[in-house]
Amino acid sequence: MQPDQTPLLSVDNLQVHFPVRAGVLQRQVGAVKAVDGVSFTLARGETLSLVGESGCGKSTTGLALMGLVKPTGGQVNFDGQEIRSFNRAALKSYRRRMQIVFQDPFSSLNPRQRVRDIIRAPLDIHNVGTKAERTERVAELMQRVGLRPDQADNFAHQFSGGQRQRIGIARALALNPDIIVCDEPVSALDVSVQAQILNLLSDLQRDLGVSYLAVSHDLGVVEYISHRVAVMYLGRIVEIAPKTKIFANPAHPYTELLMRSAPSHDPRKRHQFSATNDDIPSATRKPSGCAFHTRCPLATDVCKTVDPQLSARDEGRFVACHHR
Amino acid sequence: MSVLPHASQAPVLQVMDLDIEIRGANGSFAVVSDMNLSVRAGETLCIVGESGCGKSMTALALLRLLPEAAKVASGKILIDGVDFLAMNQRQVEDFRGEQIAMIFQEPLTALNPVLKIGEQIAEAVRQHRKCNHKQARARAIEALQLVQMPDPERRAGQYPHELSGGMRQRAMIALALSCDPKIIIADEPTTALDVTIQAQILGLISDLQKRLGTAQILITHDLGVVSEVADRVIVMYAGRKVEEASIYDLFDRPFHPYTIGLMGAVPRAGASSEAGDRLADISGTVPPLWDLPRGCAFAPRCPNASARCLSERPPFEEKRPGHWAACWEHDDAA
Repeated sequence: MQPDQTPLLSVDNLQVHFPVRAGVLQRQVGAVKAVDGVSFTLARGETLSLVGESGCGKSTTGLALMGLVKPTGGQVNFDGQEIRSFNRAALKSYRRRMQIVFQDPFSSLNPRQRVRDIIRAPLDIHNVGTKAERTERVAELMQRVGLRPDQADNFAHQFSGGQRQRIGIARALALNPDIIVCDEPVSALDVSVQAQILNLLSDLQRDLGVSYLAVSHDLGVVEYISHRVAVMYLGRIVEIAPKTKIFANPAHPYTELLMRSAPSHDPRKRHQFSATNDDIPSATRKPSGCAFHTRCPLATDVCKTVDPQLSARDEGRFVACHHR
Repeated sequence: MSVLPHASQAPVLQVMDLDIEIRGANGSFAVVSDMNLSVRAGETLCIVGESGCGKSMTALALLRLLPEAAKVASGKILIDGVDFLAMNQRQVEDFRGEQIAMIFQEPLTALNPVLKIGEQIAEAVRQHRKCNHKQARARAIEALQLVQMPDPERRAGQYPHELSGGMRQRAMIALALSCDPKIIIADEPTTALDVTIQAQILGLISDLQKRLGTAQILITHDLGVVSEVADRVIVMYAGRKVEEASIYDLFDRPFHPYTIGLMGAVPRAGASSEAGDRLADISGTVPPLWDLPRGCAFAPRCPNASARCLSERPPFEEKRPGHWAACWEHDDAA
């Protein structure tokens, strides 16, 4: 999809379906298609953001790529190698090069472990270096993310939210991964601290050339960190394009709605937000055809029956819409 | 909406020198100090700040809903000139709902999960109005219509968990408005919502205010929300006001270094940043309230801090006409 770059990661038709069971025998009566045919590529040193609202499948996509939920179908190609099965052994070598930073730095760090053990865990699991080398690496990582190495003996609860997120980032960096999945990396943080973490992520990318797959609902954050943006709606990517194009000139009607809903930050340019409620479908009761047709101002009959495929528009932009 | 829609009117809500304390294991400490504010009918005052700045404690105190461990140490809360803090529990319950009502952040925890939406609203109506069940139910449906709930009669018969997040928030707004309060306090009313739903609820809140002329205090951490709805803004830091101004004055020429820092730290959609650009972050973190620095609480993080800032707390004073701040710096332009 990106003609000018060889992708480091390419994801083709990824699907994650969760079974819906009912009755005494717990027979499967249906499936929630949380991720329903997602394809994208990620280049070295690039940040691609998955953006969308609750239930659009953005987080599940990130978790599926980490093997933290099992994909139902689709191909994942990492640095020329196909990840055929998400079994333990395959995952172990793959995870060495792909790490994750979670949203909530309060629940994603073990409160009983000292910071040095939290950051060192990936090195222990993958048997990297001698004991002395690992200790040295922990100090180096702490410095790298802006923590004082002399705090290595402290427990996670002794740190503020922003510092805890730094610990999570240091842990993700420990194995020198090629890709870090950032699942809402700053949404649990205060604004002033949020900026510190975003700046840190951007410094790390500049210095280490790491790629980010960022999952976020915050359009401001997305615009700040991304090179490219994929907008998701009910399990599908509806538009994927370079950041500047998406923000300056959204193509898909849903992307447009998202952009129009973001606050202006300028009291002289207030939106005239409509108070009207539009009934929002969920992944459990997904509309036929184009899933967005129930909310779309451009919808026609074809949208109700035919699901539009993601297809190329102007350079680097792909849109799934019959009318745009 | 003009900046001060009814400037000639007396404020409906006035808070004077409010101090709130929390009793901790090692003695008590102040969570809100020297809070003064007033709102008039038809006006929206936003209180903005980060976790622990005291904005939610202020909101809870305004409804006399402070948690066990917290108490108002001194100060006055006047609602239409009546001292709310001097009232007994019975009077407070009469006042709540009729005079002042609250919209909470998380409707799923604020609404009763085992009562149908319509019943919850009717219950509130019956507590304040002399009316029978039928009249109360009619009023509940009316309130749901007011908040543009689709199919209000059917929704009234549903439980909170059967509604989407946006509709639950509409139901809570309907509950708050059901007894025509003069003052609405909304604590992060859109924080738990997706961005397209947030836009709808902000649209609804502005609409309702134009129609009903309520005085509104909106508590938020989000300057984007502030930019959309506020007439006037109070910025809080570590339990104190650090700045207060009209929305235009604040966004055009913020005075306090903390406000300036906050505005620079927010990545904005549409600001056309380049990947690799740096945000202007504020170094360090908010100090714990039980261990505040001696001088200005923001001084350790302030790029302009002087020796005086570290030793003496700056007074909250008028720096420009109608524009107040607590900072030792002077206005260069004035």
